[in-house]
Amino acid sequence: MQYKSQAVAKPYFIAAIGLFIGQILFGLVLGLQYVLGDFLFPAIPFNVARMVHTNLLIVWLLFGFMGAAYYLIPEEAETELFSPKLALALFWIFLVAGALTIVGYLTVPYATLAQLTGNDLLATMGREFLEQPLPTKLGIVVVALAFLFNITMTVLKGRKTSIALVLLLGLWGLAVFFLFSFYNPANIVVDKFFWWWVVHLWVEGVWELILGAMLAFVLIKVTGVDREVIEKWLYVIVTLTLITGIIGTGHHYFWIGTPEYWQWWGSIFSALEPIPFFAMTVFAFNMVNRRRREHPNKAAVLWALGTGVMAFLGAGIWGFLHTLAPVNYYTHGTQITAAHGHMAFYGAYVMVNLTMISYAMPLLRGRAANSNKAQVFEMWSFWLMTVAMVFITLFLTAAGILQVWLQRVSDSPVPFMVGQDQVALFYWMREWAGVAFLIGLIVYVISFFVKGEEKAA
Amino acid sequence: MPPDTTSATMSVAVRPSGPPNDASGARLPGDLAIWFFILAELLAFAVFFLAYAFARAGNVEMFNESQLTLDLNSGALNTVLLITGSWFVVLAVQAVKRDATRLGARWLAAGMACGFAFLVVKVFEYSAKFDADISLSTNTFYMFYISLTFFHFMHVVLGMVILAILLVKTRQGAYGSREHNALESGAAYWHMVDLLWIVLFPLVYVMR
Repeated sequence: MQYKSQAVAKPYFIAAIGLFIGQILFGLVLGLQYVLGDFLFPAIPFNVARMVHTNLLIVWLLFGFMGAAYYLIPEEAETELFSPKLALALFWIFLVAGALTIVGYLTVPYATLAQLTGNDLLATMGREFLEQPLPTKLGIVVVALAFLFNITMTVLKGRKTSIALVLLLGLWGLAVFFLFSFYNPANIVVDKFFWWWVVHLWVEGVWELILGAMLAFVLIKVTGVDREVIEKWLYVIVTLTLITGIIGTGHHYFWIGTPEYWQWWGSIFSALEPIPFFAMTVFAFNMVNRRRREHPNKAAVLWALGTGVMAFLGAGIWGFLHTLAPVNYYTHGTQITAAHGHMAFYGAYVMVNLTMISYAMPLLRGRAANSNKAQVFEMWSFWLMTVAMVFITLFLTAAGILQVWLQRVSDSPVPFMVGQDQVALFYWMREWAGVAFLIGLIVYVISFFVKGEEKAA
Repeated sequence: MPPDTTSATMSVAVRPSGPPNDASGARLPGDLAIWFFILAELLAFAVFFLAYAFARAGNVEMFNESQLTLDLNSGALNTVLLITGSWFVVLAVQAVKRDATRLGARWLAAGMACGFAFLVVKVFEYSAKFDADISLSTNTFYMFYISLTFFHFMHVVLGMVILAILLVKTRQGAYGSREHNALESGAAYWHMVDLLWIVLFPLVYVMR
């Protein structure tokens, strides 16, 4: 750790991992509810479990991004953070607000929560991923703005590198597009149209910039390859992302009431969306192959390579599978989407956060890398979680194909719930893969407590 | 893509540009990054062109009928304008490489003038179409006609922004016989805009 203020990243990373555990536990509950519909009912109904599972994911990824920014920005800007105190205060505000929101989801019926939190003043709730009560949404905006102020001021007073600028662009974009969560028109088509401006332009737009910047930072550190080379790659990736991703939003506009030309625009541009992810894979492997040093943190290198591969598979390939309008005509809103969602979020955003944590945490704890023994644990967790996620994705894909056939292709299509019963076998297998994922996560947490001979920072 | 070839080419990109360094003249003009960008753009348009061909095959009559309403004259005029603009930019790069930067700046301005004229012609063409109540939703042909020409229109605008930056920097004397990497990169982009139109015009306006 080169700058004292980088230490504020540590609580962010710890909170991220804590919420990650919560997300996975609710994922397992949810997976079981697919096959045992009344499991934990009425305490935790399906819709609540789903909301907690997805909201925890988003929140912990945001904790990870913020921690990453607090760690990365001082080192890139070559100056202490503008205000470490503000960073720490925001951490507690965000954590408490997030926890209260989850408690609200779990203890009060959603409609009551909406009443209690002033949804009648400005109705923003009730939409997938944007379920947060109004005060939480406002809190997110305040925290995001104060966070952006803090890191932007740091960059302004220090060195301005491409990595820092791309990261800032991504994070500012994240905040700006979140503002569309406050726009909730009565027309459901218009609502969905702009809802995707948050959801799609996050994960297939500005978050990719954050991902690229974080990956580039870690690769510079662990490979020692020239900054110029890495930054050039970063620019190429950013450009490819924006060319394909922005109009690629159109692939969400099929069959929801938008004009037909979106089928062409969406298909054509989103068909190219795998390209930036492929560039990221080539980038990661290329830089590691050309490394000028053997970094003692082997686990971080493994996570970085894994991010490249899994993001390409999950976001690129599994996205392409159902992105063309004629295909999506059959697959829209089926388990194929769930399969893609799982592997894309894991491969791109979970893994890049774990890459960053893997690289930064040992340094934050005063050593260049964890002991060999601890790294072996971490690498085991990498393989357990990654392979488990591959199986979750494959089982959901199988369930999805079967679902499409039963519900939409066969000569005698069956109703949704009848189809769900018939694909139950795949849901069971997905649940067991989920258990394997949890085991991987437990091994991951254990790796932080494994002692052994450590190299000094 | 074998990692080693890419790494070799990527390191070419970071080397400062200089005079052609080998007799065969195989030096890539401009920055490698701009070529990635150009290839990505060409790919996006190529997919669009393929989609056009695919859609047309399914409804040749409707495509032909709607195509007849397009203004061939303005399309042809625009082709001449873009090719001329490209030629001016070639002259600009050659002038700057001879250190005739003032002349180079003038050629760049001439290239921009061609681009501007293209945009003006296009705006007249669009307004005639919009007056005739033609929109993206009229039929699949017009969807392609408007989308393709509009995306291309935006590329002309971006190309002109790039040329404007190059013009200012050329006037400031930033480029010359020793340093012209950025100038070549921007010129390459401008030629791409031209190339796209040379495919787009016959495909959408002329070929039946």
